[in-house]
Amino acid sequence: MPSELPLLVEVALKAAVVLAVFLTMPLALGQLEHKVMGHMQGRLGPMEAGPHGILQLVADGIKFVQKEDVTPAAADRPVFRLAPAVALIPYLVALAVIPFGAAWVAADVPGSLLLVLAVTSVGVIGTLMAGWGSGNKYSLLGGMRAGAQLVSYELPLVIAAASVAMAAGTLSLTGIVQEWSWWWLLWQAPAALVFLAASVAELQRTPFDAPIADSEVVFGPLTEYTGLRFAFFLLAEYAGMVVMALLFTVLFLGGWRGPWDEIAVVGVLWTLLKAAVVGVVFLWLRVAWPRVREDQLQRFAWLVLLPVALLQLAVTGVGVVVLQ
Amino acid sequence: MSGLDVLFLAVGLLTAGSALLAVTAGRVLHAALWLVVALLGLAGCYLVLGAELVALVQLLVYVGAVVVLILVALMLTRAGGVPVVTSGGQRAGAAVVGAATTLLLGTALVGSVGRDRVELTGPDNARVAEGIFGVYVWPFELLSALLLLALVAGVAIARGGGKRS
Repeated sequence: MPSELPLLVEVALKAAVVLAVFLTMPLALGQLEHKVMGHMQGRLGPMEAGPHGILQLVADGIKFVQKEDVTPAAADRPVFRLAPAVALIPYLVALAVIPFGAAWVAADVPGSLLLVLAVTSVGVIGTLMAGWGSGNKYSLLGGMRAGAQLVSYELPLVIAAASVAMAAGTLSLTGIVQEWSWWWLLWQAPAALVFLAASVAELQRTPFDAPIADSEVVFGPLTEYTGLRFAFFLLAEYAGMVVMALLFTVLFLGGWRGPWDEIAVVGVLWTLLKAAVVGVVFLWLRVAWPRVREDQLQRFAWLVLLPVALLQLAVTGVGVVVLQ
Repeated sequence: MSGLDVLFLAVGLLTAGSALLAVTAGRVLHAALWLVVALLGLAGCYLVLGAELVALVQLLVYVGAVVVLILVALMLTRAGGVPVVTSGGQRAGAAVVGAATTLLLGTALVGSVGRDRVELTGPDNARVAEGIFGVYVWPFELLSALLLLALVAGVAIARGGGKRS
């Protein structure tokens, strides 16, 4: 990273790069989802737009822009219209502090892990605003499901992340990767599984997509959204997947660490490769598993994930004391 | 005025303004959403003052959990859209209590710190951790026991106390 630039120019450049990554990586993941899902389920899908249908996403984007932006008459207008932005922006902030390489991080702040967890927890307010503001009972039901689900799964998510922070002795994401060594893959494995399950639930993706279950509550909080506002919610979902995949990589898979990681670019490639694998796991879960019921979902969070996370926290604590 | 002063003034005004709107909003749900803005502004104030950890915990606990619970409760009871009806006397009483609290806190702060400039040294994370788990470990643990007790008691009350059912 060029550090001899004036501060203002450096900040502006970094912000532009983060925005560019924020706008491209979710699209790449969405493209991957189209193709991976299509091949896994043996369905053809749209193949006409470009070679192997790779331009379908562009066509979808054009379609979204052309659609009419409808606000229902019963909606709470300002709340309804602001909701997509509230859902989207937290992930942009989170992306700014996630390290791609030892020096490839837009803002290296001391408490970056806590920052990511804190800002991503704000995103749920956007979903709740959408659920309330739509003036539609299915939206309201979906919004309540989303609120209950996100609050329940926030706890195991934070505790699993805290276990890694304890093991590394720091709240900084770059610090955690520097402390990481390969046997953490075993030591922190329960935390990794808890984090993976909880992050899928936080993203409201299958098997934990009860808030937007189409056979029960139409499309939950997103039922009334059209055009670009709907596209922003979709972008928020995929940006959330990118952020969670990168966070999983940094916390549990050693981030940019790997063979030849002395070369900065190779380190970045390691991060991207590992995050892509985690992203494919997210997609795979959606393809392979049916939706769990609302009560099963809560039961799983409180009776399985939370005890495992707490046990992992104790194991990590013992490990840290013994190693010292 | 330095850049930090301007920034602090901006987030301070944002916090105060949205807090005022939260109190005067016509619908309960709008009040809750303005409360979100006020709490975000408060986190911004902490951040400008260099207390990074406090700001982030404020965000995680209050915006991410407490307000979400309030919003879900409002949606569950369908009370969100109900217009807030308060009599003039109630409003006046609330204004008096609010002003008195502000005055009390303000004088206590000015009395303890004085009008001198205090240098900005937000405690770093390690020092906060030392404080909580070293010097103040007993009050901290007692508080957590109290919260646990309240939680268990809350569940007991919600389940009807056992005998009546």
